[in-house]
Amino acid sequence: MVRVYVSSVVDTSADNVWSRIRDFNALPQWHPTIADSRIENSDASDRVGCIRHMHTRDGGMIRERLLALSDYDYQCVYEIIESPMGVANYIATLKLTPITDGQRCFAEWSAEFDCAEGRERELTELIGNGVFQGGMDALKRHFARR
Amino acid sequence: MLQRVARSTIVDAPLERVWAVLREFNSHDQWHDVVDTSRIERNERGDQVGCIRAFSLKDGNRIREQLLALDDRTFKSTYCILDATVPLQRYVATITLKRVTDSNRTFWHWESTFATPPGMERELCDMVATQVYEAGFENLRKHLRRGNDLRQGTAESPAMPTAMAVASRRVVLKSYGAPSVLRAENDEVAAPKAGEVRVRQRAIGVNFFDIYLRRGWMPDLLPLPGVLGMEAAGTVLDVGAGVHAVMPGDRVAYIGPTPGAYCSVRSVPADQVLRLPAAVEDDVAAALLLKGITADYLLRDLGRVTRGTRLLVHAAAGGLGLLVCSWAKSLGAEVIGTVSSPEKARVAREYGCDKVIVTTNYQFASEVQNMCGGADVLIDGLGDAARDENFAALARRGHWISVGQATGALKPVATSDLVAKSLTFSRPVVFDYIATRAELVTRAERLWTALSDGTVRKPPIERYALESAELAHERLEQRLTTGALVLTA
Repeated sequence: MVRVYVSSVVDTSADNVWSRIRDFNALPQWHPTIADSRIENSDASDRVGCIRHMHTRDGGMIRERLLALSDYDYQCVYEIIESPMGVANYIATLKLTPITDGQRCFAEWSAEFDCAEGRERELTELIGNGVFQGGMDALKRHFARR
Repeated sequence: MLQRVARSTIVDAPLERVWAVLREFNSHDQWHDVVDTSRIERNERGDQVGCIRAFSLKDGNRIREQLLALDDRTFKSTYCILDATVPLQRYVATITLKRVTDSNRTFWHWESTFATPPGMERELCDMVATQVYEAGFENLRKHLRRGNDLRQGTAESPAMPTAMAVASRRVVLKSYGAPSVLRAENDEVAAPKAGEVRVRQRAIGVNFFDIYLRRGWMPDLLPLPGVLGMEAAGTVLDVGAGVHAVMPGDRVAYIGPTPGAYCSVRSVPADQVLRLPAAVEDDVAAALLLKGITADYLLRDLGRVTRGTRLLVHAAAGGLGLLVCSWAKSLGAEVIGTVSSPEKARVAREYGCDKVIVTTNYQFASEVQNMCGGADVLIDGLGDAARDENFAALARRGHWISVGQATGALKPVATSDLVAKSLTFSRPVVFDYIATRAELVTRAERLWTALSDGTVRKPPIERYALESAELAHERLEQRLTTGALVLTA
């Protein structure tokens, strides 16, 4: 089991960040590597169990299922059903925590998965730096402009 | 109804540094301004789950709190109030730290639930939130900014595990060559990993082997930049996960197997570390552990030296030489030594060498033959320059044990060289004689016992500061030293 953990501080309230990332179908609006997204079977994008069907900018197809959504904890949990990355049992958590001193929040994005032996480092780099940190940086840029 | 107060902040310091302060339950009188004095009851440690801190606040209030849970994996500490002169009832608080991975900072969450007397809810919630938590955030920031957390660990307070890097001096080799390549520089030694022990080293043994490494004879064993040194002794600073055999504060020594001892702080695998008897000083342990264990296997296992064995020892006044002379004499051997000066001859005789040959050009064979009719066992650290003389000095069925090559790499010994007198040639490495923990412990104990009961006389020890490693090497290489050498850190 490989574990990846990335965390950051975004200079706006947890409510503001949550309103941008809560929608399970909204990744193309805030994550730079995702080109398009739709929810399968015409489900609502905040229905736990719904599946998002996305393409990355370089053409890869990813399907992910929403496993848990908590407006109380500012947290969403999802799993990968299909992806070109070669990971199995991939479950990720994206979570916000308010920081009480100042208008800012603590953002955590983590995942656990299995992969072929020897690919751990490459995938940790791809997921941790590419996907998670890339998303954090985009959020920080977005809220810094305001 | 239970009140809940939660406050959080970001601290501009790595998580390990913040946690090192907060995991110690009794540290708050050092960093939190509202706390006047605090002590742990019953002399327990401040990271003992269940321990109680009794403290007074600057406003005169008194509080007793108990540590309920401590988690080094999730960096969480939970505690409750047992008694207090402030009306906080059923107060349970949790401190949680999390890493901000993209800026090496720390997220700190501090939360509690408690009950209050009716009508005091607002006042007490405000007090906890601002005077305890928010003020605490600021006070700890100030504490870290001033570096007060780095000045802990004085002699009277027991050393607490500090899960952070500590400053060290080390002697680094950036190129192979003369003693002048040895340069001391500042370094930082990270917290010990699982199975490791971090040692504050007091003395480091200098061996002729270090000189071979410095010259670049074994680049595989010491790639550049590299740190020399196969043995040291000192005090355990802290231990990594899963280490139970030693504790912080224990005096310990270790041998290799990888170089790196020329420094003031080092983490080494716990299974290499030996606890020292009270009678064995740090510098004695560092000077004699490797050489003493070598003498033990040479005489006992390899040379099988007993009463009447004719033993020839080169460099008889060196660290290994004096140990061998003294121990072999106790075993009843007839000991003949070679040395490079009359002064060294005097010392060798004092340590049990029956006959000493002073020679600077490695001529000794005819004298050895005249004295005793040839050597049964030869312990040779000279190498190539004494090659022919060694063959000539050995008796029929003699055993040449090559443990060093101070004069240059020994050319291969052919089996045809051995056949003339039915000779035996050995080229041992100490690590094969301490390959198991049990062997290491047994040999070390035999050495400490032999030193304490007088079976072996402790050789003189020359001490050099770590910064003067260059001088120590120069003198050892020029054969100007007598006995063993240590660097002190």
